[in-house]
Amino acid sequence: MTLLDFARGPALYGSTLILVCGLVWRLTGVFLLPARRDRAAPGKGSYGALWGALRMMIARSLPRRTFLGRTLATVLLGYAMHLGLGIVLLGGAPHVLLIEQATGIGWPTLPKGVVALASGITLVALLLALVRRCTHPVLRLLSNGDDYLSLVLTLIPVATGMLLAEETALPYDTLLTWHILSVEALMIWLPFGKLSHAVFVFAGRAMLGAKLGRRGALS
Amino acid sequence: MTAVPPSMSPASKPAPRRIAESRSQEDRVRLDAAMRGFVSDFGPEAATWMEACLHCGQCAEACQFYVETGDPKYTPIWKIEPFKQAYSREMGPFAPLFRLLGLTPKVSLGELERWQDLLYDSCNMCGRCSLVCPAGIDIADLVEKARHGMFEAGLVPPDYLGALAGKERETGSPFGIPKDAMRQSLLEIGEKHGLAMHVDEPHADVVPAVSSIDLKMYPDSIAATARVLNHIGVSWSFRTDGFDADNVSLTAGDRVGQKRVTQAIVEAATRCGAKVLIMPECGHSYTEMRWEAANTVGHALPFRVLHMSEYLAECLEAGSLRLRAVETPADSPGVTFHDPCQVSRRSGRSDAPRAVMAALGLDLHELADHGPDSWCCGGGGGVALINRAKPLRNHAFAIKDRQVADSGADTVYVSCTGCRQTFEHGFKDLGRVTKVGSLLDLVAEQLEEREAKA
Repeated sequence: MTLLDFARGPALYGSTLILVCGLVWRLTGVFLLPARRDRAAPGKGSYGALWGALRMMIARSLPRRTFLGRTLATVLLGYAMHLGLGIVLLGGAPHVLLIEQATGIGWPTLPKGVVALASGITLVALLLALVRRCTHPVLRLLSNGDDYLSLVLTLIPVATGMLLAEETALPYDTLLTWHILSVEALMIWLPFGKLSHAVFVFAGRAMLGAKLGRRGALS
Repeated sequence: MTAVPPSMSPASKPAPRRIAESRSQEDRVRLDAAMRGFVSDFGPEAATWMEACLHCGQCAEACQFYVETGDPKYTPIWKIEPFKQAYSREMGPFAPLFRLLGLTPKVSLGELERWQDLLYDSCNMCGRCSLVCPAGIDIADLVEKARHGMFEAGLVPPDYLGALAGKERETGSPFGIPKDAMRQSLLEIGEKHGLAMHVDEPHADVVPAVSSIDLKMYPDSIAATARVLNHIGVSWSFRTDGFDADNVSLTAGDRVGQKRVTQAIVEAATRCGAKVLIMPECGHSYTEMRWEAANTVGHALPFRVLHMSEYLAECLEAGSLRLRAVETPADSPGVTFHDPCQVSRRSGRSDAPRAVMAALGLDLHELADHGPDSWCCGGGGGVALINRAKPLRNHAFAIKDRQVADSGADTVYVSCTGCRQTFEHGFKDLGRVTKVGSLLDLVAEQLEEREAKA
């Protein structure tokens, strides 16, 4: 078995298993805690908890004008890296092909140039985020090993993916192997660290939205 | 800290309330008590928030203490860092793994002591940070839980806040005012202002709770309450058995004292068959009664809970409150309004005071950040009651001072006793001549035919 076979076979199954089980475990650990029944009467402009949760899950993706003057850099970097990743993952031909092979569901892919641009923007945004985390006083204080590891684990698949797409002088199979292995490393770490925000930002928003929605205090 | 999650470890004797200097209890016991206090009412909501932080630092930009000082330690989510660490090490879904691999450091009592000024002196629990957080973390809620832990470990700031909460737990009143004295004070206020004062009536449709701080510092606001309710013409009564709405215990982190205050008011209002309980112009006491009291007493409340500004707006709409417009000279610079965080941002009622101000015909110049976006005055969350926090509080107040100056108004109206105090002290210390007024007091001055009904 070559390293590529290992990456495409046992490593893929293993990392997927860890990703799924880890996330299920983490979510279960949180959601199995006893929930309190809220007996307070809903507020005057109440949207109800469910609508509040749904609304907040979407609305909080948009920045609030009041804060933009002070948070613009974070917001721009956040948008750049997340939208870039989304475009590459869902629009890049090899990714769509992989999804189609695995699930039978496919869709038209984006032109290679668009995907390359998105990858470039993502890479730059990730690098800037890393620099910012090392230099901004607040981020330096808050950051722990998980923050840096999560950034690096996202950077490597993007970088290897770009090299793959650009057909550089490096051997294709070696690059592909490291691309897949780096994605698997990301998948393995995802449930344990802050990469799990892919799930938990929405869960957190839903909790706040439910609370404020019931009060009629969504704003 | 033990290897067993504190919430599941055998209950040791609860730590008595103490001040930071006290060392009569083992540090470990106090640490366990702190964690137990923190997680005692942990549900999926709080646990999700503990898992959701991105360390993006945006909450710092929403906090007056960070924005004005530039010190990163005032980043809101950092204020609960020891509790976050202890949670992920002792209680979170991967706690055993993280302990085994040494991924999260152990929290020490010394650390909690060092965190006292972050959890108490520099957090107004105003919730502005929860407005910016991309993960929707209600940091104010987590700070409240962390304060439960700090209280159990005996780490409440010992000066004003600690002393008042202690008195409140003992007597039900932060100043320890006995019922007879309270009744006497209320009757005297009625007499002084020539008002019919209703105290301890057996039946009343409307019960206004009152802040002891009002009784001590702003008795005119108590007179204004009586004057307005007499004008509206409802059956109403103060209740000395459920009078004190301050709930200093809530901000100190003392759940026993908090429950005592809440229960007394609920029982008193229930006893006289109240349909409406009005919370005075006092922020946190309102959110406690409006959103938590039913959960504290374990059943839906048999009456509605309204903030004074909500009640006034309702009566205006119903036509039972009739106001004369304020006569303003043509060259008046206008007025502005400071939204109390708990009513506006946390409860969604920015509209109520504005309806009242519109009826008064005020020339309102909104602050640059108003309504849910409003900056806290810096005194909320008990910070106004911590003497040593004054320099920091004044520092944080600078943002409010600037926004008021930018509005061009010469008067700031408030609808919260705590905000009123903070503004008065803040302006005084800065040598400003800007006036601070209570919206309720103004309403009481502008009642139509008030003499006939008073």
